[in-house]
Amino acid sequence: MVVETRELSKKFGDRVVVDQVDLDIPSGVCFGVLGPNGAGKTTTLRMIYGVTQPTSGTIHVFGMDITKNLRAVRSRLGVTLQQNVLIEALSPKENLQVFGRYHLLREPELSRRADQLIDFLELRSHAEVPVRQLSGGFQRRLSIALSLINAPELLILDEPTTGLDPAVRLALWSRVRELREAGTTVLITTHYMDEAQRLCDEVAIIAAGKVIGSGSPAELIVSRLAPEAVELDCTPSEEARLFDGLGPERRLRVGRRLMLYVQDAAGLIARIRRQDEGDRRPVIVRPTNLEDVFLSLTGTRLETNP
Amino acid sequence: MSISLPYAMSVWRRNAAMYKRTWKWNILPNFFEPVFYLFSIGVGVGAYISQMGGTSYLGFIAPGLVCVAAMNGASFEVTYNIYVRLVFEKTYDAMLTTPIEPDDILAGELLWAATRSCIYGGCFFLVLMLFGLTPLPSSLWVLLLIPLTGFLFAAIGMVFSLRIPNIDMFSFYFTLFLTPLFLFSDVFFPLKERLTGGWLWLAEALPLLHPVRLARASFRGEFSLTVLWDLAYILGMSLILLLWARRGVRDRLTN
Repeated sequence: MVVETRELSKKFGDRVVVDQVDLDIPSGVCFGVLGPNGAGKTTTLRMIYGVTQPTSGTIHVFGMDITKNLRAVRSRLGVTLQQNVLIEALSPKENLQVFGRYHLLREPELSRRADQLIDFLELRSHAEVPVRQLSGGFQRRLSIALSLINAPELLILDEPTTGLDPAVRLALWSRVRELREAGTTVLITTHYMDEAQRLCDEVAIIAAGKVIGSGSPAELIVSRLAPEAVELDCTPSEEARLFDGLGPERRLRVGRRLMLYVQDAAGLIARIRRQDEGDRRPVIVRPTNLEDVFLSLTGTRLETNP
Repeated sequence: MSISLPYAMSVWRRNAAMYKRTWKWNILPNFFEPVFYLFSIGVGVGAYISQMGGTSYLGFIAPGLVCVAAMNGASFEVTYNIYVRLVFEKTYDAMLTTPIEPDDILAGELLWAATRSCIYGGCFFLVLMLFGLTPLPSSLWVLLLIPLTGFLFAAIGMVFSLRIPNIDMFSFYFTLFLTPLFLFSDVFFPLKERLTGGWLWLAEALPLLHPVRLARASFRGEFSLTVLWDLAYILGMSLILLLWARRGVRDRLTN
């Protein structure tokens, strides 16, 4: 295992942020840690690369206890933080050189590595321009390039595509796939379920500091929900009339939107049409996805009562 | 927790890489500032003072002003600049994803602040030299004093910066701490001729007083036993503050 945590917990004062988390991340996979904002994802990552001390539990990275081998572990991993940390007055190339020195890289290796990454993340056209003039997408790609400067065996990405346009997201996903194919283990946090489903071999869903579901995205979907999802708008009283007899575990409501999970959508749609005389309400049928599983596990309300 | 010089130097080099971009603009005020002081206070006020402490007034204030330059050079670096890196730019969070540890960051930043104090203090000394105010060779001892002064004020500022809740607190640091130090640390008048008894002892606590006394001793080439006490104060205080800052860095950066 590249990363192995056992009963990992973190408290800030009385507040439990991470609660008894066991993670096993094998070599060469892309592993997703999913969860709503404030679920404890970033704290878990910070403990894995050794900046936050666990309150209890153990963490081994590359087989080493992180709390005792900080420098040795960190020299073999790379982290892209949620916030871009760049020197705005300097160019991408100079930023890469400054960051490479944090890993004690020297010339000519330093420039060679910076050059490679400028090509890999398609920064060549702006390699000599001060970072403050670059767009958000460019800055994000540079941030990821920085975390690759030491050719890490484990790449940790904390919400890498938040706030990026679709083209940049697609480009970053393909870079992450290339890295994984070349043998890099990738640990990614995200709250975009489409990203997790496309990218991750395995995921762990975290809510309120606890792992509440884990496995491959496909396994998670099959084990939690029926394969077809039907979406429509309806009021709770219409719901009671339309879907009498359909178990509550098959329904998920977000405001007016109702989602139903069934083996065969055709029968359910016929039932809706029989009841709906005159106006036919729009109904969407789609395969059940990771987002459905995520919402069914974490709930759809923005605030949960303790 | 451990400290490694190569990692500390990579922190230092980050700041040096940024400074390289702007040094031409940064260094100009370093030359103007001493010239203004020398003309306004040394020449302007000095015209009404026949002599002070056995020299011309210009000669009296020159050594102290070198220390003030070193103090300011370090102080700007470890106050606003450190705070922005710590809180807004998250520079240290990024460094801690690499093998760099909090102690390396502290060492690198203090060394950088001391470097800035050398640039400030060195420019000031150069201007004094052009004005013929630096008796050679004895005044050259000041070149060793500048980095020590810089380090002391880097450590003081660092402890402060690591413990304040918001950036507005720096106005207190500058107006209620550095400005009185500048005015009451023997730079413009001999403190011991104006204070008596317990006040004189209390004055010994002022951190700028000791570098100023050392600088003046070096300019005059007259060294007494007080030199040892002044040196001990600077080194001892730097060490205590360094240990304090070390805790502060760990508290702020890791949890």
